[in-house]
Amino acid sequence: MQKPADWTQGVEAILYQSCVSCGQPQYFRRGFCAACGATELADKRAGGMGTVYATSVVARAATPETRAHVPYAIVLVDTEEGFRMMAHGANDLAIGDRVAARFTLFAGRLVPYFEKLA
Amino acid sequence: MTYITGVGLTSYGKHEGLTSLDLMSKAAELAIADAGLKRADIDGILCGYSTVSPHIMLATVFAEHFGIRPAYAHAVQVGGATGLAMTMLAHHLVDAGVVRHVLVVGGENRLTGQSRDASIVALAQVGHPDYEVPLGPTIPAYYGLVASRYMHDYGVTEEDLAEFAVLMRAHAATHPGAQFREPITVADVMASKPVASPLKLLDCCPVSDGGAAFVVSREPTNAARVKIRGCAQAHTHQHVTAAPRLSELGAEISIARAKQASGMAITDVRYAAVYDSFTITLAMLLEDLGLARRGEAASRVRSGYFRRDGEIPLNTHGGLLSYGHCGVGGAMAHLVETHLQMTDRAGNRQVRDASVALLHGDGGVLSSHVSMFLERV
Repeated sequence: MQKPADWTQGVEAILYQSCVSCGQPQYFRRGFCAACGATELADKRAGGMGTVYATSVVARAATPETRAHVPYAIVLVDTEEGFRMMAHGANDLAIGDRVAARFTLFAGRLVPYFEKLA
Repeated sequence: MTYITGVGLTSYGKHEGLTSLDLMSKAAELAIADAGLKRADIDGILCGYSTVSPHIMLATVFAEHFGIRPAYAHAVQVGGATGLAMTMLAHHLVDAGVVRHVLVVGGENRLTGQSRDASIVALAQVGHPDYEVPLGPTIPAYYGLVASRYMHDYGVTEEDLAEFAVLMRAHAATHPGAQFREPITVADVMASKPVASPLKLLDCCPVSDGGAAFVVSREPTNAARVKIRGCAQAHTHQHVTAAPRLSELGAEISIARAKQASGMAITDVRYAAVYDSFTITLAMLLEDLGLARRGEAASRVRSGYFRRDGEIPLNTHGGLLSYGHCGVGGAMAHLVETHLQMTDRAGNRQVRDASVALLHGDGGVLSSHVSMFLERV
């Protein structure tokens, strides 16, 4: 199965899979639906909109590359498409904030970055 | 029917020059002697892992090093829940008659054997390699995420969390083997360096060197009569991104199964040993287990409920937060302390009544859970 490129391969996109059989959205890519086991999955691109589920601002990083970025916020976002994802976000984000994704470079890699909707 | 017949524990902190095998050997020697047994009596070995000295066959490496040729041996890996998961397996192996005396052992020179950064990087790998680790999260950040949501949903404050660090430190102050014994206050915790919000340095357990071991046997081998009444596990996810809702976390599932397996109720519990990698871990688990109502664990700490002289003494050795955390051995110290309390050997830390104990371990990011009831008979 050809893997379409998303941010984990340096392309500005958040992708997910949608089970053709049970409709469950799935963020961690795999060759089957983890909810029902069906193998027919549609690749979809998320719109980048969502709601902050949890947030933590990292002040103590463990590598020289990541330490250059402190403090940086790690967020869990519940996307409009119905799956949860981890990303970076603005340091002042709070739980429940409506957010939109853009992309930024972190330790030399492309990562999704969520900001509060005006 | 199985019994914990012997326990062994080193001090936690710095053990300059000692390897993981050295620390495992020290603890094993103590546990076997405590059980009144000889090396040759041990026919089963379960061990954890060492992030400093990874090996695909650590149990046989240890057996050869220690001088035992067991009939059953392998390693077990469930993160912080490994110690109790090994105890559960030992219980079933002994109960099924596969072996008579299982040595359960964990130990690691995690503090002096590698840099703190290396340790943090190694542990962050419990995250998803593609979808989480590239974002630069740390273990405190994974738990910081969980904490932010739990505090939001149940009205828990950072000062509430600080109470758990203060309690664990107060308990550690009376144990000569604890890594940190200087008393601290809520203000000290609040003023400690930010690590991953809302967690600050004193909300986090340290990295330690140390070793712990115990022996699980079919019959008592000495005066100690600590019976494993029943235990159970629950595994709901690995990665925090895939964690279920807070109301569906694994601790509630494993404790429900453990109650069923043991026929025990929370009201029977006289002593508690609960995993405390971070203050939030302890707060959440106490509430998940039913030792406090939602959002009320901190007020129970303030009222003295979990103190040595309280209704349910908790982690009287100081827990991971202050006794220390050497990896697999970390939470095994909880069981060693429980055993000492249940056999009236805890000295100046002795509680009034530890006849029934509840132990709970957590691995990953509240991913894997083991609950266990012990009873003095």
